[in-house]
Amino acid sequence: MDIVVLVKQVPDTESLVQIAGDGVSIKKDDIKWIMNPYDELAVEEALRIKEAKGGTVTVLSVGAQKAQETIRTALAMGADKGLLVNDPAAEGGDALATARILAAAVKNLPFDLIIAGQRAVDEDNYQVGAAVAEFLGIPHVSLVSKAELLEGRIRCQRAVEGGSVTVEAPLPALFTTQRGLNEPRYASLPGIMKAKKKPLEVKTVAALGLDPARVGAAGRKVVVKALRLPPERKAVRMIAGETPAAIAAELVRVLHEEARLI
Amino acid sequence: MSQGVVAITEQRDGRFRKVSYEVVSEGRRLADGLGCQLTAVVMGSGMDALAAEVKSYGADTVVVLDAPELADYRTDAYTNVLAGWLSGAAPAVILTGATAQGKDLAARLAARLDAGLAMDCTAVSLQGGVLTCTRPMFGGKIFADVQIQGSPQIIAVRPNVMRIAESPKESAVEKPAPQLGEIRTAVVAKTMDAGSKVELTEADVIVSGGRGTGGNFVPIEELAAALNGAVGASRSAVDEGWRKHGDQVGQTGKVVSPALYVACGISGAIQHLAGMSTSKVIVAINKDAEAPIFSKADYGACGDIFQILPAVTEAVKKLKG
Ligand SMILES: Cc1cc2nc3c(=O)[nH]c(=O)nc-3n(C[C@H](O)[C@H](O)[C@H](O)COP(=O)(O)OP(=O)(O)OC[C@H]3O[C@@H](n4cnc5c(N)ncnc54)[C@H](O)[C@@H]3O)c2cc1C
Ligand SMILES: Nc1ncnc2c1ncn2[C@@H]1O[C@H](COP(=O)(O)O)[C@@H](O)[C@H]1O
Repeated sequence: MDIVVLVKQVPDTESLVQIAGDGVSIKKDDIKWIMNPYDELAVEEALRIKEAKGGTVTVLSVGAQKAQETIRTALAMGADKGLLVNDPAAEGGDALATARILAAAVKNLPFDLIIAGQRAVDEDNYQVGAAVAEFLGIPHVSLVSKAELLEGRIRCQRAVEGGSVTVEAPLPALFTTQRGLNEPRYASLPGIMKAKKKPLEVKTVAALGLDPARVGAAGRKVVVKALRLPPERKAVRMIAGETPAAIAAELVRVLHEEARLI
Repeated sequence: MSQGVVAITEQRDGRFRKVSYEVVSEGRRLADGLGCQLTAVVMGSGMDALAAEVKSYGADTVVVLDAPELADYRTDAYTNVLAGWLSGAAPAVILTGATAQGKDLAARLAARLDAGLAMDCTAVSLQGGVLTCTRPMFGGKIFADVQIQGSPQIIAVRPNVMRIAESPKESAVEKPAPQLGEIRTAVVAKTMDAGSKVELTEADVIVSGGRGTGGNFVPIEELAAALNGAVGASRSAVDEGWRKHGDQVGQTGKVVSPALYVACGISGAIQHLAGMSTSKVIVAINKDAEAPIFSKADYGACGDIFQILPAVTEAVKKLKG
């Protein structure tokens, strides 16, 4: 079973995200970068499948040179090799433009299964996995909280509002992760040492045979006109009272009479 | 030249999801602004009753894509049928709900049509014939105003945000034959959660509990029931095994936008706020007056949830009679 995992480097969820001077991008210095949390689930699931069935796990990313760190983290967890597409022409793409690069890169790799995160917690696009599958002409299942390999196909439990649906798809296929799928392991010290010697290739857009006009910022269809901070809420109004019952009564009164919510 | 707005509804087991009314209402508003026709699309098996229901929300035309193969949502079947029909309709704008199904379908469809997609939008504005969509990014720390180039423009709107407006119309109903294409996936089982009837992402009221519950969600559930709302949870509460994953609100959980969000025994970590900051009114109940949740709330009560919540539930019940 050859598995490709799509991983993206994103700002730590704790980071303060600031708008850059151009008004349409964020300040990239001073940010701590991490592996997208949903991609950690993807790496973990790939490793578990490999441990059960054998095969290889390749980690693929489109990003800055710095994204090598994220690939190394996946290698330290136990993945076999990494591929980073790093190219100024690849930068600043929307989900579709990035998926085009990822699909082109996957085409050169052996794969039975691709695992991606359901969304990257930077732009929260929820899009790249499905788009990669479409470009490769393979089925995908999104929001998977349980995956089981059967003969030549995969059975996925997909989280939907109010329950779950179990879907089967023939391999090769792609699925995207939902929390509950697994608990990602931490890289061990020996894992980190070994990762340093594992192959990590870096490629350009041209090497993938892609038209630079269709990828990166040039290929963008969803154009950011402005970034802004969310509207501020008014300062909190603390509801005081002598007893819990008095606080409760006052809270219900304001929600009823002023906010008109009850 | 492509024109017209298409609103894709969502149904499950023959009932519309609430977001369907939201996308059709929003579609009407945009079609009026653009001076074009609104088509509402209903997909499924045995959809005649739903086609009639959608007329109340102002579609000029209702297109029913009906086939036994569409009984349950499957990405490939729905994408094939929709793309097949869209190739003839060639609309300028496609609207859908950013639900588990809508996000999945929109993403695959956008790639198939090579169309720009603005996901999980909280507002769409129209000026000089140009649509600008607002999307929260970075867990809601930043709002982006985006415009989509090319046609069609696909817009997935966050559930519970767009206003539902009834505007009954004598819509024409069309039933073109669905072009099913190759379907490779199969739905082999469905499990719906027992208990809570109101879905988190559709609920007008959510009462959420965190580590401060110590695992006792009874007062939370009682208040949610009194308010006809749903129960949510912080990741800590889910990690402790007190609640299921589907209840988690936040950056690695659900993104919700109720009219009223009551956070109980939740500190207000940035990753939790990521999932609920677009709620209209936020109430926080926490025994720590310094808890960060208070800085994001509209109303706060400092105290023990086990004392305050039962009293709130009583007061609500009394009010509702
Ligand atoms: C990558 C990543 C993703 C994450 N994603 C999410 C996510 O999606 N959702 C999420 O929620 N978190 C998420 N987290 C976790 C988040 O950082 C916090 O750890 C978590 O939200 C804390 O949960 P809590 O508020 O329930 O617990 P705590 O932070 O422990 O807060 C408990 C609160 O309860 C109060 N309290 C205790 N007892 C009482 C009482 N009797 N009455 C009243 N108040 C009481 C305390 O004063 C305290 O403020 C994520 C973290 C990371 C790193
Ligand atoms: N630049 C990228 N490099 C590798 N994988 C990516 C990249 N962008 C997105 N992905 C994958 O697609 C998933 C969904 O991302 P998105 O659609 O951007 O929210 C992520 O969790 C990754 O698995």
